[in-house]
Amino acid sequence: MTATLEKDLVGLEFLSAEQIRLILDTAEPFKEVSERQIKKVPALRGKTIVNLFFEASTRTRISFEFAEKRLSADTVNVAASGSSVSKGETLVDTAKNLEAMRIDMVVMRHGASGAAQFLGNRIRSNVINAGDGKHEHPTQGLLDMLTIRDKVGRIEGVKVCLVGDIMHSRVARSNLWGLTKLGAEVAVCGPRSLLPRGIEQLGVRAFGRVEEAIEWADVLNVLRLQLERMEKGFIPSLREYYRVFGVTTERLERAPKPLTIMHPGPMNRGVEIDSRVADGPHSVILDQVTNGVAVRMAVLYLLAGGRPELADAAKGGGSE
Amino acid sequence: MTRPLLLRGGRVIDPRRDFDQTADVLVVDGKIAEVGPGLTGPDGADVRDVRGLVVAPGLVDVHVHLREPGNEDEETIATGARAAVAGGFTAVCAMPNTDPVTDNQAAVGFIVRQSVRAGLARVYPIGAVSVGQQGEQLAEFGEMVGAGAVAVSDDGKPVVSGHLMRTALEYARTFEIPVADHCEEPTLAAGGAMHEGLVSTRLGLKGIPAAAEEIMVARDLLLADLTGGHVHLCHMSTRGSVELIRSAKARGVRASAEVTPHHLVLTHAACEGYDTHAKMNPPLREPADVAALREGLKDGTIDCIASDHAPHAYDEKDAAFDDAPFGIVGLETAFAVAHTELVLGKVLTLPELVRRMSTVPAVLFRLPGGTLAAGAVADVCVLDITNPWVVRSAEFQSKSRNTPFADRELVGRAVLTVVAGRVVHEREGRPTR
Amino acid sequence: MPRAQTNNSTLLDARALARALQRMALEIIELAHGTEVLVLVGIQRRGVELAARIAAIIEEKEGVRIPRGAIDITLYRDDLELVGPKPVIGATHLPGDLSGKHVVIVDDVLYTGRTVRAALDELADFGRPRRISLAVLVDRGGRELPIQADVVGETVKVRPGGRVDVRIEELDGRDEVVVVEGP
Repeated sequence: MTATLEKDLVGLEFLSAEQIRLILDTAEPFKEVSERQIKKVPALRGKTIVNLFFEASTRTRISFEFAEKRLSADTVNVAASGSSVSKGETLVDTAKNLEAMRIDMVVMRHGASGAAQFLGNRIRSNVINAGDGKHEHPTQGLLDMLTIRDKVGRIEGVKVCLVGDIMHSRVARSNLWGLTKLGAEVAVCGPRSLLPRGIEQLGVRAFGRVEEAIEWADVLNVLRLQLERMEKGFIPSLREYYRVFGVTTERLERAPKPLTIMHPGPMNRGVEIDSRVADGPHSVILDQVTNGVAVRMAVLYLLAGGRPELADAAKGGGSE
Repeated sequence: MTRPLLLRGGRVIDPRRDFDQTADVLVVDGKIAEVGPGLTGPDGADVRDVRGLVVAPGLVDVHVHLREPGNEDEETIATGARAAVAGGFTAVCAMPNTDPVTDNQAAVGFIVRQSVRAGLARVYPIGAVSVGQQGEQLAEFGEMVGAGAVAVSDDGKPVVSGHLMRTALEYARTFEIPVADHCEEPTLAAGGAMHEGLVSTRLGLKGIPAAAEEIMVARDLLLADLTGGHVHLCHMSTRGSVELIRSAKARGVRASAEVTPHHLVLTHAACEGYDTHAKMNPPLREPADVAALREGLKDGTIDCIASDHAPHAYDEKDAAFDDAPFGIVGLETAFAVAHTELVLGKVLTLPELVRRMSTVPAVLFRLPGGTLAAGAVADVCVLDITNPWVVRSAEFQSKSRNTPFADRELVGRAVLTVVAGRVVHEREGRPTR
Repeated sequence: MPRAQTNNSTLLDARALARALQRMALEIIELAHGTEVLVLVGIQRRGVELAARIAAIIEEKEGVRIPRGAIDITLYRDDLELVGPKPVIGATHLPGDLSGKHVVIVDDVLYTGRTVRAALDELADFGRPRRISLAVLVDRGGRELPIQADVVGETVKVRPGGRVDVRIEELDGRDEVVVVEGP
């Protein structure tokens, strides 16, 4: 019995291991599509997809846009500023308007945790969470897992440490859920003021010093540190953060084995990560970007359409 | 002139006099005339058969938000008073975070007049501690009390300045009113949407740590000790707060405390799925906190139950969790929830519950009622404590529907409510004439 | 495995299947006027295995290596919307640019013609062959599109509701073609 996905992809917390594997396995053939001369398949032809981004994001939005166009879908980008949203239109009204326009799928990034689920509960279109507040960023978690699987050969038993501002990171949460479900060992590392309450109860180790994390891990997923964390007093300065928690070549040289280095981007070179590390031989940061398009194509493909009650038309004698 | 009223054959509970037996209650001229077996009313009396039901002093809720003036789309004093009597409450105290703030004599007088016009539950205004609830300048306590205010509070917000709280406690002694504080250390709580714990971590929401409440509870208890004033601590939610209150009371500090029905029943697990009907301030906390609050209510550390009735328009609560306003309605479910979970749950006896929902709050805020002694005002509720009912928010008397108890089956309901000897609420079916 | 209300009959046993492939290989060589620009492309899944076998036969006869590829047509199906859960997508890999080549598509069963239509659309995204031909092991009739096979192993008429099951050693453990009549 093949796993199937629900109408919406809101997060990885409630997906089963089988569902996650389905997405990762489905992403493989889509990698090949991106290598073709004509990077287009007609699978989602005629589908309308809206990229509804309440928070600015170039790379995630572009990645989704490529994924959508390579599947032959029609895409529309709605950015928060300058749209009716910034004039105070509520999320509920935005949802209803989209539904009234008979949109097939919505890819949404929003500043409030739970916003994707909120929208998914109110419209018939598929909703794909491109990041909701601090809650989850499921396609990022999936592409991170695909990258690890490609590089290491498996996910089970791999030691992955997320480094940085875990408390405010939806990438960290999605990684945590996805990796633990597929049997990886997950740890987090960062200043205590940026580690959320109860994180160990989610099946995760916590390291207070990045040296300990480097000693332990097979893979480091280095998270972006945002300037506002300093402004809001969680850490004293970015300089101090780099000195104490930066993933530097010196620290990595002392590692017992070579570590795979990941980063969701965009990077703050010289804050959470050294340029030489980001550009170095063990960095798979660019593979993450490539895998991102494939994973997003897989998600769109698996979620789109599918009316099983008419599936009889597809049956009958071997091939057709 | 209201007809005399005779309630026959009910289980009469009057905690003030430790009275709990089957008896009749006779009401004449708006006062309790007599309580005893086999009473006969004068000619023309309205006789009600209340056998199988409980007759208690009308419930008193010392913490409600009625939104008038300013947000009449959510609730008005009239609709709030109607919701109150539907819930068995004969008196409520209305918090001053209206728009404009109720911080002067005229505003207090307005609330009193609206209450009289509605003619249902008695609505007692609580005046603001500070002008505009801005936390800077003391409001005119004397003028407000003269116009009918029974307490002062900046609820909605904490009184942040220690100096202002101290001054308020001292000044309030002149008028023998309590100062009710919403205990929240603002910098710790800022931006928080729910309790800081494992659930907030999983949901990716900023949390409000228990310490944010406990720090201000400790401060307020110390100031009450310093000044000899009466501090009333609103909507307690943590086990740490309960311990602080317990030891302060043991030292003789003049403190009183209230707890809401939802904090006695629900935990932060109710926020799963980002249900905004579980979003309130202070937030729902952990099972250990619920247990400590129940224990505190039982041993009197927490004096009374108050609903913190906070109506909101449906579309305001229909938003992402971070964006939704805090608060839930409570007048029409308070007794039912408390009875189902605490009395049927064997935490409190029914007389103990009536004491905490009627007798004690009336005493704390120096209000009439809370007893069925002869000569007392005839504020009475008749409660059905046997037939289960299902909460249907669409049938609420309140204008608002924001409750986490929708579709719950509960036991405990007011079938008749009497204020000043007049029947102001009755439910079909019982009690029959 | 016997099923109630249906009739199974073996259309081709292992030896008959092998002879059919032999004949098909010869016909393909003739059709392509030799092997110079010949490319065999199998449709996932069984078409790929059959193309490999035919290529091996041709290579033995002619002594040259025949380029071969595989295409998965799932993403080009015209009924993708109607099918749920989504079918698994197999691998697609083609031997270089197809421009100027004679591509022979190989599949196990030709029925409505929709699979072949999808394959033609997909191949068009990979270049412009000089010519495209179709070779199928079994043609069961019932076309819904104007598509014909140039090389056919065996023809059989099966009513709608019936199935033609092609089993091959590499995937199913044995070689045979069975017709299952519907109710």
